[in-house]
Amino acid sequence: MKELLIISVGAALVNNVVLSQFLGLCSFLGVSKKMETAAGMGGAVIFVLTLSSFCTSLIYKFILVKTGMEYLQTIVFIMVIAALVQLVEMFLKKKSPALHKALGVYLPLITTNCAVLGVAIINVQKDYSILEGTVNGFASAVGYTIAIILMAGLREKMEYNDVPKSFQGMPIVLLTAMLMSIAFFGFHGII
Amino acid sequence: MRPNTPTERLYNGIVKENPIFVMMIGICPTLAVTTSAINGIGMGLTTTVILAASNVLISMLRKVIPDSVRMPAYIGVIATLVTIVEFLLKAYLPSLNTALGIYIPLIVVNCIIMGRAESYAGKYPVVPSFFDGLGMGIGFTIGLFCIGTVREVIGSGTFLGLHIMPSSYEPVTMFIMAPGAFFVLALLVALLNKIRDHKLSGVNASNKSENYGCASCGNTKCPSRKNQGGDNQ
Repeated sequence: MKELLIISVGAALVNNVVLSQFLGLCSFLGVSKKMETAAGMGGAVIFVLTLSSFCTSLIYKFILVKTGMEYLQTIVFIMVIAALVQLVEMFLKKKSPALHKALGVYLPLITTNCAVLGVAIINVQKDYSILEGTVNGFASAVGYTIAIILMAGLREKMEYNDVPKSFQGMPIVLLTAMLMSIAFFGFHGII
Repeated sequence: MRPNTPTERLYNGIVKENPIFVMMIGICPTLAVTTSAINGIGMGLTTTVILAASNVLISMLRKVIPDSVRMPAYIGVIATLVTIVEFLLKAYLPSLNTALGIYIPLIVVNCIIMGRAESYAGKYPVVPSFFDGLGMGIGFTIGLFCIGTVREVIGSGTFLGLHIMPSSYEPVTMFIMAPGAFFVLALLVALLNKIRDHKLSGVNASNKSENYGCASCGNTKCPSRKNQGGDNQ
């Protein structure tokens, strides 16, 4: 139990996927303009990342290792993730139209979110068990959501600021990300 | 320049649509591996090889792959190439492989590769697609090299592993950690914006001076003078 707690705090805060490992940066910078879309994206990532880390650890442990084909992990993982996202979308459309409506636009984007593949590979590298892997996936996704929601809040406020002309657009967002990243460095003392 | 010739494609990838500074895509590996200039070059060249190869393959297969399943097909092609390159690096350049770590398999989800497959290689013949991939890859490598150089010089006082700063220089370690990556990219993009604005205003200024020059010009038979009215004739 203690180990699971350490894994989850480590993944969500200390080694935040976005701010210290740079995974999922494209969507972090792309959809953090408004709080609503950021929250939607965060929800979709939590949902898919938890499921996908469970599925990929399962497949790695019981199929790839058993048949000695660990070297195919990149291809298998990306295919599993793409198929899973597609399945989740179809399932949500049928069973829960409300949730589908909220997350629908973001689901297809998640296939190419490097956080999903990255966490699956980290699970393999750190030799996590299936439970640990799933917890790590969930916690990383929570970390992503925290980061993107904070960023969206800051960017909404920044709309009213007078930014120097050459810093408008991406540069100021990157600078904000830098300050957030320094702030998240403070969590390094926890573990 | 005529469109879709090799030179035009190279120019497009390196300058006009530079993936890092202009399009801002594929920045996950950009920020993560550029702790030193040599890592930046390694990552850039690895991506270039995969990008050129995937563009060629996808362009060859563009008439075979049905439109509705093109995404999974592209991902399959790219993932296979990445796996091959990963093995090659493990075998021949193990030090680079350890330095780049999980960011090598993550090339699969690099938006640049998927983006070029979708927007260029899936529509155009093999040769321009190859040069498109090559140009984009070189543009990406240059971007990584610039960021890597700045971070390495400030963050550890070295350039390509050689000490270039005086020994009294205290390296700013923050630059080779996560915040430094965001900071350097932000400053480089802002600098480029500044240069671009400057260039644009420069062009406008020279246009204006041409107009003034024409009005004060003594040649009243000049055809451009006639267009402006030329009332003193």
